[in-house]
Amino acid sequence: MSPGTTPVIESSAGRWMPAAAHAGIPSLRRSRLEHRALRSGLLTGGAWAAAILASVPLVSVLYMLIVRGGARMHWDLLLELPPAGFEMGGGFGNAIVGTVVMVGLAALISVPVGIACAVFLAELGPHSTLASAVRFSAKTLTGLPSILAGVFAYASVVLVTGTYSAPAGAVALAVLMVPTVVLTAEEAMKMVPRITKDAAYGMGCTRSQVIWKIVLPTALPGILTGVMLAVARAAGETAPLLFTALFSSFWLVEHGAVRLMQPTASLAVLIYNFSGMPFENQIELAWAASLVLVMIVLFVNIVSRLLGRRRV
Amino acid sequence: MRALEHAGPPGAVAAAPSAWDFFADRAFRTLAKVGAYLILLLLAFILWQVGRKAWPGVRDYGVGFLTSTTWDVGRGQFGILPAIWGTIYSSFLALVIGGFFGVVMAIFLTQDFLPPRLAVVFRTTVELLAAIPSVVYGLWGIFFVVPAIRPAADWLYTHLGRIPFFGSTLSGPGLLPASLVLAIMILPTVAAVSQDALRQVPYRTKEAAYGMGATRWEAILKVMLPTASTGIFGALVLGFGRALGETMALAMLIGNSNQLSLSLFSPANTLAALLALNFPEAGPREVAVLMYAALVLLAITLLVNVTGEAIMALAGRKGGR
Repeated sequence: MSPGTTPVIESSAGRWMPAAAHAGIPSLRRSRLEHRALRSGLLTGGAWAAAILASVPLVSVLYMLIVRGGARMHWDLLLELPPAGFEMGGGFGNAIVGTVVMVGLAALISVPVGIACAVFLAELGPHSTLASAVRFSAKTLTGLPSILAGVFAYASVVLVTGTYSAPAGAVALAVLMVPTVVLTAEEAMKMVPRITKDAAYGMGCTRSQVIWKIVLPTALPGILTGVMLAVARAAGETAPLLFTALFSSFWLVEHGAVRLMQPTASLAVLIYNFSGMPFENQIELAWAASLVLVMIVLFVNIVSRLLGRRRV
Repeated sequence: MRALEHAGPPGAVAAAPSAWDFFADRAFRTLAKVGAYLILLLLAFILWQVGRKAWPGVRDYGVGFLTSTTWDVGRGQFGILPAIWGTIYSSFLALVIGGFFGVVMAIFLTQDFLPPRLAVVFRTTVELLAAIPSVVYGLWGIFFVVPAIRPAADWLYTHLGRIPFFGSTLSGPGLLPASLVLAIMILPTVAAVSQDALRQVPYRTKEAAYGMGATRWEAILKVMLPTASTGIFGALVLGFGRALGETMALAMLIGNSNQLSLSLFSPANTLAALLALNFPEAGPREVAVLMYAALVLLAITLLVNVTGEAIMALAGRKGGR
């Protein structure tokens, strides 16, 4: 070896790439069968296998929903009442109405509170002690098991009013929706450029005017994304409804009057109740109801994603 | 006030706020602050309400409630040790399986394994896994997972039945099918949070590793994962927290039997499933006891989640360094 070449390169080349060592220049090419490259290749294969394996459940769930739920699917299902015991036929019209009513009520409670809170967090006092305490509780509430939201609504609504009811279920769902709304709305509002807001202040706007005319409209797609995600999650929740709304085999509207203060059916609880029954008819209905529920949830999810994409 | 209103030159767009504007501003800001306080109050109210309703149960049954194994409404004996055991055991199994796949998925999606279009497919798959309601997973578990794992479970029981993990037959619902479904349900959480952690690693750190001649997996295992380890650990803790509180899939799949067993195939119980099954038909006395169980579940999940959030906060601070 000529004295001009640095020994460091040579020694490292000699150790790592024997094929290129004689040239004195390390070769950048590496054999795929070399120990390290082989290991890397095997791990890559393993990662592919794991990723594909992790996708199997989704494919399987969707396949079974379409095959088993689709087999029973019919428009009549959406209009009829759930069957009792040995009855044949029936549907889950009242459960769809119940789910929509309860999720709607829950959104009415949680969205205004959540957005008001997010306005405070993002605009009015982002660095205050109150804000960090609120952020902490919102994050803690995100991790609240959904069944405990049900326990809470049971204690504070069912025991107080003395009956299982749609509002009780809505309160439980609202507890679960609020943190999602707060945290996503705060993120969306933080994305509003400072310059835009400063321009509005320069025109003599009050802080509320800036919030109403600049921040909220600009952040609207992001806020709606959060709301839709919360709605999609709430629509699929079962545990909080089990002992707050319970279940019912009747319509929410009877003799032209809406009766909210009575046990109310929901798609999720219907699936749970029917899945444990020994009757083939009920199990088929549970699959069909699952298909409808998943279609609703996925639809809301896709809408929220489209809304989110529009945000620049 | 008046002078302020006409502060600008005639025809100017800018104007100082009027008295009404000031009033509306103050009112709205107060309203927003009330909204913020409401969130704080909500958490406090939940803790207070559950604690208050659980108090009769705590008073009557004390600490023995946590260590007793019988649940007999008729004789008024209540204990939740099997439920606590089942909750932790099933969540731990789910964490091992779901955590592994979640972290691998996060590596797979962030370390340039995939062309962008295929990456979107896998990312959407993970997000859709999170979107499917747990009751649908429960139904799927009953009619797909249980029959699918039965042959393997029977084989393990006949051949390796002496090992306590396989010490009973899978009669239908049981710990393993429940944990498998639970693993699928926490996978998206672990994958999403781990992806964030891996993305926070500065690009030049990875480039430096490649520049030293590291293979892709050497870069991942020796540089990326250690650098993102705090965030990934936080992801696992948050996933564990989710598993602890998950109700429906477990209520449908775990078999709801109050026994302490190491066997993966025997039915078990969890705190959340206990609540879901007994609450709808509970009398006043049982409600107090169930509220006590709810309080225990609340305490465990709060502890785990707050720990997870604290780790995430730490990871965020480290990422910014």
